[in-house]
Amino acid sequence: MLKFPIYLDYSATTPVDPRVAQAMIPWLTEHFGNPASRSHAYGWEAEKAVEDAREQVAALVNADPKEIVWTSGATESNNLAIKGAAQFYKGKGKHIITVKTEHKAVLDTFRELERQGFEATYLDVQENGLIDLAAFRDALRPDTVLVSVMFVNNEVGVIQPIAEIGEICREKGITFHVDAAQATGKVDIDLQKLKVDLMSFSAHKTYGPKGIGALYVRRKPRARLEAQMHGGGHERGLRSGTLATHQIVGMGEAFRIAREEMKVENERVRMLRDRLLKGLQDIDATYVNGDLEQRVPHNLNISFAYVEGESMIMAVKDIAVSSGSACTSASLEPSYVLRALGRNDELAHSSIRFSIGRFTTEEEIDYTIDLMHKKIGKLRELSPLWEMVQEGVDLNTVQWAAH
Amino acid sequence: MAYSEKVLDHYENPRNVGAFSKEDEGVGTGMVGAPACGDVMKLQIKVGKDGVIEDAKFKTYGCGSAIASSSLVTEWVKGKTVEQALEIKNTQIAEELALPPVKIHCSILAEDAIKAAVADYKKKHEG
Repeated sequence: MLKFPIYLDYSATTPVDPRVAQAMIPWLTEHFGNPASRSHAYGWEAEKAVEDAREQVAALVNADPKEIVWTSGATESNNLAIKGAAQFYKGKGKHIITVKTEHKAVLDTFRELERQGFEATYLDVQENGLIDLAAFRDALRPDTVLVSVMFVNNEVGVIQPIAEIGEICREKGITFHVDAAQATGKVDIDLQKLKVDLMSFSAHKTYGPKGIGALYVRRKPRARLEAQMHGGGHERGLRSGTLATHQIVGMGEAFRIAREEMKVENERVRMLRDRLLKGLQDIDATYVNGDLEQRVPHNLNISFAYVEGESMIMAVKDIAVSSGSACTSASLEPSYVLRALGRNDELAHSSIRFSIGRFTTEEEIDYTIDLMHKKIGKLRELSPLWEMVQEGVDLNTVQWAAH
Repeated sequence: MAYSEKVLDHYENPRNVGAFSKEDEGVGTGMVGAPACGDVMKLQIKVGKDGVIEDAKFKTYGCGSAIASSSLVTEWVKGKTVEQALEIKNTQIAEELALPPVKIHCSILAEDAIKAAVADYKKKHEG
C-alpha cells in the first residue's frame, strides 16, 4: 500500500525512528531531572542518560565522548565552530576559507566574520561538485587560520576529500572544521584517522529529533574556540544552557542505530537509488548533477531540461521532493549549488533532488519512475523550449527578451 | 506555494495548448521571457479578415502561475479584436487568478505576450 505523498526528501529531514521516539519518551515524563542537578537522583539519572548518549554519538565517528559538545543542531554547531575558532585565533591571522557550495549556515557565518574584519575565500568547485585540491592549496595564505568544508553536500550528495584537506591543514597548523550534517550514517567517519579539528552533527538528518546536534572538538591536538553562548558553564563552558535530556537521548539512540545498521542500510539505499537512476535515464535530455562515484547513495539530483522546476514539483505532487528552482525558494535565484557546478540557469531551474532513506520501498521508487515519465512528457508538450529543440533550434543562439 | 483553485484548474487542464504555423498570414506569434529567468511564454493568435481573433494557442515554460496566466489569456483574447486584446491588463489577470504577490511577474509576462503577438501580426500586415 502506497502512502501519498511519497516521501523522497530525506536530505531535508528524516522521520524519527520509532525506536528513537520510544527511547525519548520516559525522559520527558518520568525522568525529567536536570542533568546539572548534582544533589539528587533525578539529576544523576539524567546526567547518566546524557553521558550514555554522548558515548553513542562519539562511537559513530570514533571519537572520545569528551570531545562531543551538545548544541541545538548543525547550524549552531557551525556557528560555534567557525566563529569560535576564528575569534580565538584572530590574533594569529584573519584569513578564512570555505567553499561556494556550503550550506547557508556556513556561508552566512563567513559573511558575518567578513563584517567583523576577516578576509574570506570562497573556493569554486569543479563540474562534478568536488573541490580541486590544487586550487585549495593555492588559496592558503600564511595568515589562514580556519578552513571549513562540508563532508557531504546537501543538494547533490557529493563527498568532499576530507582526509586530504585535513592532511594539508594539519601540516600548516590551520584549524579544520567539517560540517557533517549530511554525512552521519551515510559515510564512514573515523576521527582517529581524519585530521579534522571540529565537526558539526545534526540528529534530524539521521532519524533523530529536530532541535539537537553536537560539535566535535578535538582534544589532541586541542582545538581552541571561544564560546558563543554564555551562561551556566555547561559543556565545559563551550555551550551554556540546560541540556535537553530527551533530545540528547534521541540523538544518542539515532546514532547507535546508524552505527549498527548503516552498512546494510546503505546497500539497500544504493540499490533503490540505482533503480531510480536507471528508470529516469531513459527520459530524453536528463542530466545528473554532481559526481556519481564520490557521492552518498541516498541522493539523486537530476535536471530535466526544458521543464521548469516549480511546475514540475506541482506536476509530481504525489511525491515529496526538493527542486533547485527559484520559484520554490524565497529568493528568486536558482540553486547556488548547481550554479557553482557550472549548470546554466535553465538546468538549475529544472532540477529535482530525490533523497532516499530508511523507509523508502521499491514500490515507491517504481511509482516515482512511472510518474516522472508521464509528467515530464506532459510538461514538455507544453514547453516552447522543447518545441524549439525538436525543431532543431539551438537555444543558446536565441536572443531572449529578458525581464 | 498555495495557489488558488483557478490557477490549479488552468495548470491541471491548460486551455488551448499547441501551435499554429508561424508563416500563416493571419497568425501573430509572441514569445516573451527567457529560460534564465525561469519562464518563457509563446502566445499565438489567429486573426480573421475582420480583425477579430478567432483562435489562440500557447506553450509556456514556467511555474504554475505562468502556465495559468497564459492559458487564461488564450481564452480571453478569443472573440476580441486585436485592439481590444491590447486592453487586457496584467492586473486583471492577477486578480482573476488571485496570484500571490511574488507571482505578479507572471501576469505581466502574459500581458507582454499578447502585445508581442499583436505586434507580430501587425508587422505582417503593414505595407
